[in-house]
Amino acid sequence: MQRDSIANTFTVATCLCIVCSVVVSTAAVLLRPAQERNQAMEQKRNILQAAGLYRPDQPLEELFKQIEVQVVDLESGQLVDPSVIDPDTFNQRAAARDPDLSRSLDSRQDPAGIGRREKYSFVYLVRKDGQLSQIVLPVRGRGLWSTLYGFLALDADLDHIQGLTFYEHGETPGLGGEVDNPRWKQQWVGKRAFDEEGNIRIRVLRGRVDQDDPAAIHQIDGLAGATITAQGVSNLVRFWLGEQGFGSVLETLRELESE
Amino acid sequence: MAKLKSKEVLLNPLFNNNPIALQVLGICSALAITTRFDTALVMSVAVVFVSAFSGASVSLIRRQIPTNIRIIVQMTIIASLVILVDQVLRAYFWEISKQLSVFVGLIITNCIVMGRAEGFAMKNGVWLSFLDGIGNGLGYALILLGVAFFRELLGSGQFYGIQLLAVAGQEGGWYVPNGLMLLPPSAFFLIGLFIWAIRTWKPEQVEEA
Repeated sequence: MQRDSIANTFTVATCLCIVCSVVVSTAAVLLRPAQERNQAMEQKRNILQAAGLYRPDQPLEELFKQIEVQVVDLESGQLVDPSVIDPDTFNQRAAARDPDLSRSLDSRQDPAGIGRREKYSFVYLVRKDGQLSQIVLPVRGRGLWSTLYGFLALDADLDHIQGLTFYEHGETPGLGGEVDNPRWKQQWVGKRAFDEEGNIRIRVLRGRVDQDDPAAIHQIDGLAGATITAQGVSNLVRFWLGEQGFGSVLETLRELESE
Repeated sequence: MAKLKSKEVLLNPLFNNNPIALQVLGICSALAITTRFDTALVMSVAVVFVSAFSGASVSLIRRQIPTNIRIIVQMTIIASLVILVDQVLRAYFWEISKQLSVFVGLIITNCIVMGRAEGFAMKNGVWLSFLDGIGNGLGYALILLGVAFFRELLGSGQFYGIQLLAVAGQEGGWYVPNGLMLLPPSAFFLIGLFIWAIRTWKPEQVEEA
């Protein structure tokens, strides 16, 4: 067969594609367990970082013992008993895709652009001397190119923010990827999510926060060159704190506290 | 073409025909990932692996590859190898793979790998192409590690994450880190100095003005 003939071109291209895809998919399948272990570690690290409890010199598993993992019902706002949903096996990402375990959001209800919202979610509680000291909420939402997955930690007053981290996103490094910048994340610490009336006020601005503005306690500097990602972060935080997100859970916790 | 010796194929790219210093290829990643020695080391190993095996694979099927799709064929082979490396890093070197982020994927576009596949492996045998890939990968690694060594040492007073120079501000510290070294332009300056050093040592590399 002629080397440059059309038949040979097709044969070589087809064989090459088959060989390459077998190699790549074999590697992906064989290495997945190790990668998933790493991702689980990364999530734990991010939960601790959001809560400000991460210490690089201490073993992660030890540190994570401070965290109490619970599953909540996002409709009723109640904790779910481990006998109903086992936190060890509950897969929140799969649940968000499962029609039985999630519901679809119409565009008005869905500023975070997640499409479907699961009925049950993890929450991570930090207790000090038996008292709730922090609650860490898993959050996610659309940026520019990708869905950002992260954790938002709230103080026991369910108002002051303790930290925000993202453990997975596909935003442009150096632009949208600056959501990982420690200096930017540091701005969230101590900001107040709600005003006195309980309205969600936290927001990422375009440009800088005017520190003299009384609303500055609710505001975060935008990211230059990453307006859409920054607004995405703003929207997703507001969504998950609102009634479609953890609103009912926060309400339940507030009632418990006032009793 | 004159008969090539394995040893020359392997060692020439280190100093005599260094892909970065003489051919000025693969500069982009050399700027991005050389602020620390450990990331540069992992990147170097990745590039050596990819260029060696892509050279060997391309050479193996060089008589079958139709001329009009040869670039795409090379690209596919290189891309598959890079995905393989990326998957392995994610499984076993999670921390470093996070720091390297997109730059592992960008090995696909590293001109050295593609250049050797097209320029050498298409004309030479499997074993020689394999050695040529290793040699050029090592030539790249040599400059990368050199740059990373100076950038980490002068930029943060460390080597391989170990504090060598006591940084001012800490107890007994005297060394004021040079922040410029942590920024990409410093890699340009260092590569420039390397090129100067190599051409002073081997004047035949100096181009006619």
